[in-house]
Amino acid sequence: MIETLIWLIGYQLAGELICRSLALPLPGAVLGMLLLFLTLCVKKGIPASLNTHVPQLLGHFSLLFIPACAGVIVYWSLLTAHGWSLLATLAGATLITLLVPAVLLKLLLARRRRGDAA
Amino acid sequence: MNVTPALDWLRGSPLLGLGLTLAAYRLALWLNRRAHGHPLTNSVLIGSLLVIAVLLGCGISPAEYMKGAQFIQLLLGPATVGLAIPLYHNLSRLKRAALPLSLTLLAGSLTGILSAVGLGAAFGLPHQILLSLMPRAVTTPIAIGIAEHIGGIPALAVTFVIVSGIFGAVIVKPLFSRLRLDDDLVMGVATGIAAHGIGTARVFLLSETAGAFAGLAMGLNGLVTAVLVPIVLGFMHL
Repeated sequence: MIETLIWLIGYQLAGELICRSLALPLPGAVLGMLLLFLTLCVKKGIPASLNTHVPQLLGHFSLLFIPACAGVIVYWSLLTAHGWSLLATLAGATLITLLVPAVLLKLLLARRRRGDAA
Repeated sequence: MNVTPALDWLRGSPLLGLGLTLAAYRLALWLNRRAHGHPLTNSVLIGSLLVIAVLLGCGISPAEYMKGAQFIQLLLGPATVGLAIPLYHNLSRLKRAALPLSLTLLAGSLTGILSAVGLGAAFGLPHQILLSLMPRAVTTPIAIGIAEHIGGIPALAVTFVIVSGIFGAVIVKPLFSRLRLDDDLVMGVATGIAAHGIGTARVFLLSETAGAFAGLAMGLNGLVTAVLVPIVLGFMHL
């Protein structure tokens, strides 16, 4: 577990330092994920500790969002200031943004599969 | 016996926020199991509602709560880095789908920006709210950066991001099952684009592969959106 935390925090710190120095529009953790992914590709394997503990940590990924979500009450009056139109906008936009890429990706994958078969 | 000093101590202790968050999450998991995984018993949704209920009920301020809850929030970064592991497990699938994935990301990011601004404008929402809506689909740290950059309100943008994420996490499974879109890769990528980390956490519980692709899509969508928002804004004369 300790080894896993050192890996993950180390890659996040590396990501943060690079993003901040180059002023990239990306959170350090996301760059850290990409860097760790590249490292695994080069190593052609996953260290045993990461392979055991990371799935356990990610199994409780939801827990980590609760503080930020509970914090939304601070801005609750902003959300309800425009009545339902704001919530309807958020719900509608999320629905559209889920469906458009899903349908597009499904079509692209099916098309390529047909191309492979031909 | 005088409990007032003890309660005052509790209010100031980081253990309160930490313990409350863990207990709320545990209770939410239990409820979710009792409800056979019903989407409305989503653990982020129920967990944060329970926390909010306790904060309001006991008169605990969000700042007092965050003293302890920040330790849980701090782990978000390292956990996000950890998404590299399930992603690596799907390396061959990722390589095969590289081109369709890139096209989908580009179209998805654009959809995310335009759908929010379009609907918001149709509902007659004010200018500054429309600006804060643009980064609605991306992960919070990127959304804050974009909102600041284009003159939106960062706090408002964060609220929009979180509400969208929870809505997406609740709806994704029933929606995609009904439309027969529940392929791991398709569902993961769409969720990462539309509902960032909160959606990713949700689909990770459905399948590790979906979670891995959601994490990747979330990161890349954030990057593409950060680049696209100023360009779209230039075209729209907002």
